[in-house]
Amino acid sequence: MQQHGPAQEQQREILVPQEDDLEQPPYLYPGYVGTRLRAPKEPLIILPKTLSDITGPVYGHRKPGELDNDLTRQHGGEPQGQKIIVHGRVLDGDGRPVRNTLVEIWQANAAGRYRHKVDQHPAPIDPNFSGAGRTLTDDDGYYRFITIKPGAYPWQNHYNAWRPAHIHFSLFGRAFRSRLVTQMYFPGDPLFFQDPIFNSVRDEKARGRMISSFDLEATIPEEALGFRFDIVLEGRDATPFERPHA
Amino acid sequence: MMGRKESLRLTPSQTVGPYLSLGLLREDWSKLVPPGHPQAIRIEGTLYDGAGEPVTDGLVEIWQAAPSGRYDHPADGREELPLEEGFHGFGRSGTEEEGRFSFVTLKPGPVPGPGGTTQAPHVMVAVFARGLLKHLITRIYFEDEEEANGQDPVLRSIGDERVRSTLIARKEAGSLYRFDIRLQGEGQTAFFKLSA
Ligand SMILES: [Fe+3]
Repeated sequence: MQQHGPAQEQQREILVPQEDDLEQPPYLYPGYVGTRLRAPKEPLIILPKTLSDITGPVYGHRKPGELDNDLTRQHGGEPQGQKIIVHGRVLDGDGRPVRNTLVEIWQANAAGRYRHKVDQHPAPIDPNFSGAGRTLTDDDGYYRFITIKPGAYPWQNHYNAWRPAHIHFSLFGRAFRSRLVTQMYFPGDPLFFQDPIFNSVRDEKARGRMISSFDLEATIPEEALGFRFDIVLEGRDATPFERPHA
Repeated sequence: MMGRKESLRLTPSQTVGPYLSLGLLREDWSKLVPPGHPQAIRIEGTLYDGAGEPVTDGLVEIWQAAPSGRYDHPADGREELPLEEGFHGFGRSGTEEEGRFSFVTLKPGPVPGPGGTTQAPHVMVAVFARGLLKHLITRIYFEDEEEANGQDPVLRSIGDERVRSTLIARKEAGSLYRFDIRLQGEGQTAFFKLSA
C-alpha cells in the first residue's frame, strides 16, 4: 500500500461505485454479465464543477445531411417492417428546450438484426436498412425520425435472453456533464421482465421514462405509427464564467 | 414552493451495447486538427477490462480547451483568449482495433479551477462500452506539465500517488503521449463522479 499523508487523504472525497441512485443504473449489475469485468471497483472521485464540465461540444457547425433523420430512405428501396415516426423534445431539468443539439440513433432491423459484423444472429440483413440516423433539435428542442420498428433479438446473457425492442439514443446537451446515451423502448413490451439492462434502472418510474408512448397524433394514416419519446438531460444553461479577482 | 415548476427527472442512462459503431462511428472524429498541424500532438492508448483484455467494442470521447486555455463554448466568455481556427475541442475514437484509441489534437492550456485555483492542462474523457450501463469519466493530464500538475486542485485532492498516476499521460517520442484506460483491477484508472 502506498504511503500518503493524512491531510491529503482527508481531502479525497469518495463515493462507492455501487451508487444508491435508483433512478440511474449502477456500474456493477451482476444480472447483466457484461458489467462484471467492466465496472470499476475503486471508489469514484468527486470532481468539482468547473468550466471543464459546464462547457461541451456544440454541434451547430456539423449539420447532419438532409436524409439523416429518415432511415427508410437511405437506400434504393423501402426497408422491411412497420414504418414508425419517433419524435419528441429534448429538455433540461427545468423543462427548457435543449436547442440545436445532435441526436444520434442506431438500431436493429425489423427482424432484430444489426448491420454490424459482430452480430451473428441468424436473422436476415435488410439491404435497404442501415439502422443509423442523426438530426439536430430545433428551437423548441424538438426532433423527429422516420424509421422502422426494430425487432427483439436474442443475446447470450442468460438462458433464453431476449432484448426488448429498442432504439439506441446518443445526446450531447449543452455541456460535457449533460452527455447521455440511453435506449428507447416501446410500450407494453412483454420482454421487459427478463431484461437486466432495462431493469438495471431499479426505480419503476425511472424505467418508465425510457419507454416511448404511442402517439396517435403523430401517426401518419395509411403509412406510419407514431411514438413519442421526450428526453431530459442534466444541465441548466451554465452561468458565464467569471474571472476570479486577481 | 408554490407556483414553482417542479423539476423534471432525468432520463436514465443505458449501455451503448456492442454495435455502437453503427451510430457513433460513421465518420472519423478522432483528428481534431490535421496530422500535419505544427502543434499537433497524438494521444494513444488501449482500453482494458478487469481481466486485462483489450475492450474492442468501446468508445472514447474527449473534450478540451484550446492551447490558450479557453473552451469553444458560450459559457467560457474569456474572449481575450484566442480560439484556434477550425479547432473545437471535441473528439471521438472507437476501440475496435485491439482496444486501441487515438486522437490527434492540440495540447490544451491551463483553465480556471474552483476558488481561484488554476487547473493544469487536461482533457476530459468519457468512456462508453458494452457492459457500461453509464459512461465513465476520467481526465488526461500530461507528464511534461509537472509544475502545473503539482498545483492542480483535482490532482492534489487525490492522496494516493498510485491512483493519481493513472491520470497522467506518459510522454513518448516527440509529440506522442500514451494514456491507457483500465476499467477494473490492477492499476484501475481513476474515474470521477461529477458533483452537482
Ligand atoms: Fe441494441
